[in-house]
Amino acid sequence: MSNSAAEVRSSNRGLHEHSEVARRKKEVRNNLLLCTPALIVLILAAAGPLLIVLIYTFLKAGPYGGVIWEWSWDGWFQVFLKKDIFDDTVSIADAHISIFWRSVKLSVQSTLTALILGFPTAYFIATRSPNTRNLWLFLITIPFWTNLLIRTFAIMQVIRDQGIINTLLINFGFIETPIEMLYTEFSIMLGMAYVYLPLMVLPLYASIEKLDFRLIEAAYDLYATRIFVLWRIIIPLVKPGIIAGSILVFIPSLGAYVTPRVLGGGKNLMLGNLIELQFGQGRNWPLGAALSITLLVIVMVSLLVYVQNLQRKSD
Amino acid sequence: MLVAKNRNREFSVRYLPGFSSMAILCFVLLYAPIVALVIYSFNSGTNIALWEGFSLQWYVVAWENELVQEVTFRSLIVASIASVTATTLATMAALGTTRTRNYRGQMVIYAVINQPLMVPEIVTGVALLIFFAIIKAATGYHGLTYLVAAHTAFCIPFAYMPIRARLEGMDGILETAAQDLYATPVQTLRRITLPLLWPGILAGLMLAFVISLDDVVITELVKSAGQDTLPTYMLGQLRRGITPEVNAISSALLGVSVLLVSIFFILRTR
Repeated sequence: MSNSAAEVRSSNRGLHEHSEVARRKKEVRNNLLLCTPALIVLILAAAGPLLIVLIYTFLKAGPYGGVIWEWSWDGWFQVFLKKDIFDDTVSIADAHISIFWRSVKLSVQSTLTALILGFPTAYFIATRSPNTRNLWLFLITIPFWTNLLIRTFAIMQVIRDQGIINTLLINFGFIETPIEMLYTEFSIMLGMAYVYLPLMVLPLYASIEKLDFRLIEAAYDLYATRIFVLWRIIIPLVKPGIIAGSILVFIPSLGAYVTPRVLGGGKNLMLGNLIELQFGQGRNWPLGAALSITLLVIVMVSLLVYVQNLQRKSD
Repeated sequence: MLVAKNRNREFSVRYLPGFSSMAILCFVLLYAPIVALVIYSFNSGTNIALWEGFSLQWYVVAWENELVQEVTFRSLIVASIASVTATTLATMAALGTTRTRNYRGQMVIYAVINQPLMVPEIVTGVALLIFFAIIKAATGYHGLTYLVAAHTAFCIPFAYMPIRARLEGMDGILETAAQDLYATPVQTLRRITLPLLWPGILAGLMLAFVISLDDVVITELVKSAGQDTLPTYMLGQLRRGITPEVNAISSALLGVSVLLVSIFFILRTR
């Protein structure tokens, strides 16, 4: 083999590699071009404005809403503290603390309610025959894709003083005066558990469906009781699903706006309502912005836990 | 396995006491309020708690209410433009992120596309309220475009999901064959990829339309005066309590959502 032939061959290979690299570069460029319009819309009308919210937390509130472009810590200061108008003494903003506390408390309660109702449901669906499973799943998801406001209306009609529950209880003589459920914290909790229930059932179902029932059979062979199997085998095995479902219910509950507004009757505010109030009657945009960022941070931390939980599950 | 099957009759390893009844109870609880709402929309009385006989009169009242007509029309306009735009953009983005070698920045693209699903609606609404207030002050324009832009953005991830799922299920063999037969990239896209992708695109469109039609929070914060959509109109009506008319509108809207979502499911399983 002569020297020149080898050179030609190697240079040919170089040429081939070069065109391969160029082709791949072109592919990446095309892909990026295809994504660009969607990204522009999303950055302009969803992601980008979040940065402006962050800037607004450091500005002064304008007298009629809006802001004055002067640096100020007031927005963040007012999240948890308040200043007396007359003597400038600083104290803790009880109203905000109680709203934060209510948001967390009701979100945890609605998550637990959804878990207690959702776990048996997910288990039930996962243990059906594969043919009917999709139908049950469809039945769980349908309400989720229908209007949240309408589902809140629906639950409102059931629990109000002249609603179905109270009417039935009175007609059967269990009670004489209606139980007051609407416009209480309980009604908000119930409403959130109701509207976000599908978010609990779906990840639970995904976990339970993969359950290896031979392990459970082995436990029964070793004389385990049903309760023991549930507590020590099923629940530990589907724990990732429980965590995922709980976070998926907790996050929207914490930021809920419609459900507390409709079922809370204007007196049981949650974080979402407090934020909206600052842009309406409150006319304190920097405070509203600071509250929004606070909510966002809590949600992002929860999501981080969720993602780590997913990764651990896939390992 | 055989042993398990034989034993199934008297002892099932899958059985847990009370779970099935809990599940049935859960389904009943899930549907009972919605069914009650629909039933009472056909009530002839003015009192929504007392059944006084079957009647369509509240549907007629709602249908003839000019304000309801106006907000319904606006809802449909916004949902149509937003869902078609979002689906188009989502289809392009899905083609640019699926069935391709991993490239740098892909994770960032995923994050941006899914961002509306992660950020609480109230926060997105507030952010858009602030941003659009700046633009409104600068341009003096107060039209419907703001609402359409906001809806388009949060509809993109919902349209993207089914399209991407469909695309991932398609292998590239037919496209490769087309290109081997000297089809141009545009021809391949038009004659091979898009027809195969069509069910996914339609499913995405349905979902985006329903999501836009149902939105309350972002619309409530972004809309200018006199730009109520059907859901924000209904929310505003709440001050007067739930009227049978609102019941009728709710039932009608419910019917549209269930129909579209059912089509979505059928398209997805095909």
